[in-house]
Amino acid sequence: MTETSASAAPIQRPDLSGARLKRRYAAEARFRLYGLIAVFAAIGTLVLLLTSIISNGYTAFAQHHIALEVTFDEAEIDPTGEREYNVLRRANYQGIARASLRGSFPDVTERRAKRALVGLMSGSADQTLRDIVLANPDVIGTTQTVWVKASDDLDSFMKGHISRDVPESDRRIKDRDIGWIDQLIADERIESQFNTTFFTAGDSREPEQAGIWGATVGSFLMLFVTLVLSFPIGVLSAIYLEEFAPKNRWTDLIEVNINNLAAVPSIVFGLLGLAVFLNFFGLPRSAPLVGGMVLALMTLPTIIIAARAALKAVPPSIREAALGVGASKLQAVTHHVLPLAMPGILTGTILGAAQALGETAPLLMIGMVAFIVDIPGGFTDSATALPVQIYLWADSPERAFVEKTSAAIMVLLAFLVVMNAVAVLLRKRFERRW
Amino acid sequence: MAMAAENLVDENPNIAEHKIIARDVSVYYGEAQALKSVALDIGRNQVTSLIGPSGCGKSTFLRCLNRMNDVIDGCRVVGDITLDGEDIYDPKLDVVQLRARVGMVFQKPNPFPKSIYDNIAYGPRIHGLGEAKADTDEIVERSLTRAGLWKEVKDRLDKPGTGLSGGQQQRLCIARAIAVNPEVILMDEPCSALDPIATARIEELIDELRENFTIVIVTHSMQQAARVSQRTAFFHLGDLVECGDTQQLFTNPNDERTQGYITGRFG
Repeated sequence: MTETSASAAPIQRPDLSGARLKRRYAAEARFRLYGLIAVFAAIGTLVLLLTSIISNGYTAFAQHHIALEVTFDEAEIDPTGEREYNVLRRANYQGIARASLRGSFPDVTERRAKRALVGLMSGSADQTLRDIVLANPDVIGTTQTVWVKASDDLDSFMKGHISRDVPESDRRIKDRDIGWIDQLIADERIESQFNTTFFTAGDSREPEQAGIWGATVGSFLMLFVTLVLSFPIGVLSAIYLEEFAPKNRWTDLIEVNINNLAAVPSIVFGLLGLAVFLNFFGLPRSAPLVGGMVLALMTLPTIIIAARAALKAVPPSIREAALGVGASKLQAVTHHVLPLAMPGILTGTILGAAQALGETAPLLMIGMVAFIVDIPGGFTDSATALPVQIYLWADSPERAFVEKTSAAIMVLLAFLVVMNAVAVLLRKRFERRW
Repeated sequence: MAMAAENLVDENPNIAEHKIIARDVSVYYGEAQALKSVALDIGRNQVTSLIGPSGCGKSTFLRCLNRMNDVIDGCRVVGDITLDGEDIYDPKLDVVQLRARVGMVFQKPNPFPKSIYDNIAYGPRIHGLGEAKADTDEIVERSLTRAGLWKEVKDRLDKPGTGLSGGQQQRLCIARAIAVNPEVILMDEPCSALDPIATARIEELIDELRENFTIVIVTHSMQQAARVSQRTAFFHLGDLVECGDTQQLFTNPNDERTQGYITGRFG
């Protein structure tokens, strides 16, 4: 019966009319357009972000200096004439620097005016002079031209961050200061030089003396601790869970919890670190060791998930081949599966490390937000980290810290870009086909 | 289980003739039973082929013989299987040593993503054969020669094994299996991914290997079973329907299911 009715029914051919075709093409074109719009929106936002950071921050890589005619007076620096280190170190370089600058403006005599004049020069001028003398005591008794850092206000003014057109009461550089600056410019005694201090110094209250090196060292000490802890623990747990653990309710529970941990807000890990590492175990506050331990806790789930995915991606035929020639399970994993999964594991680890490098919140809880001038020398020294340094500078009122903040962001972004590039390279380099 | 195995030996005076003796072997994947109380003897230095439609349990049975089923979660094997009179499911028996005695070649060629040399040398290395470089070199050459691959690859032993053609890869896998000098080689549809010419090469090879090894081969091709094997076992829906001399099974089967399958009425 069914057969007769089937043959009797009119055969329906597919509808190949132009209208259907047009609709299909239109749908595809629309979809492509949406995709392009999405991509351009993403690129546009990124470009906007980068331009704003770079345009704000590129000036921080230069610093204005003032030329001083410094007379290294022997009576002032080394009255005994024995060139003894401690005597040379303690001489009144501040006075010498101030005298040199005042010497260029002999008509400034009033006390407050003199103080304002000296304020054009960075407070670090004495250090510059001391370094010169200690490096080469022969300069004592001679007169040298020395470039010392300008104050942050002069620097901001020269960079155009402080405008002449603003009413005098609203700007930090007064009309009198501008007169002196114009005179220095006329004498070609103000010059913009590459700001090495920014890359070699720790934090400072004075913007022209503040640098990113202390935070960078802190960040990398911390990252080292993070990786030393989380890489082996994460990879071993992933191998055990993926290759050896039986699949039952307990391992399911563990898997769900690991995935949950990956989504826990980082501040919670900071609170945990504060409660456990600092209060219970009494580890030092603000130390890269504790910061690294907290970040290791935070990175562990990421590494475990990435490593498990990488292990899962190794085809089972490789395991069977190894077991088939009589390799034990551990040999099959260490000789064959793990090497094949390594690029994926490393990629995951580097991405986890990059995430840890950019993390701020948990560090606030364990005291790494402190103002620390010294470069940390070890894992238990007080330190700060790059993102925390950015946070601290962003909070500072001086105009010159605005550009410093953006410059620090650029440094942090550069590190992240390098790490991600390494991840991509590793993946390309060790990728094997099977 | 050990006791049962000893009884089994007593019941089978012709142990010298049979390399592997399986009795009452049932396999369960979770609740589902994949193999129902199979009893099969594998002749020494013979090629035994296992045929049957997909899902009939022939691969499952093959994987019981070197306990490859242990790897699968939820797989349970009951019954007795002995290799030269030794119960291979004895808890005291080391699985790794068993697999060194019972090698395996898989359906899809699966060379390690390493050099051809390392593919062959890996097995001997982990079993402590050929500690010296010269010994390993010799094992590699002998294994590749026996697998009929030496002439084709001797100039590129350091090239990846995955760069070979499908048929060469499968012969590489056979060479890898014989490099550790197993007593039995299990082959799970070794030619299903190969063209007729490569298949013919492998079949020739199987015939040559019979001299030194006991071979069990699972195949979908009845012509292949007829060409390479001396004994054939026909599986259907988890039952071992019939087992006998290949010639006899294909020309004059006892069971009508076998008759139906080999004449192409189902399967």
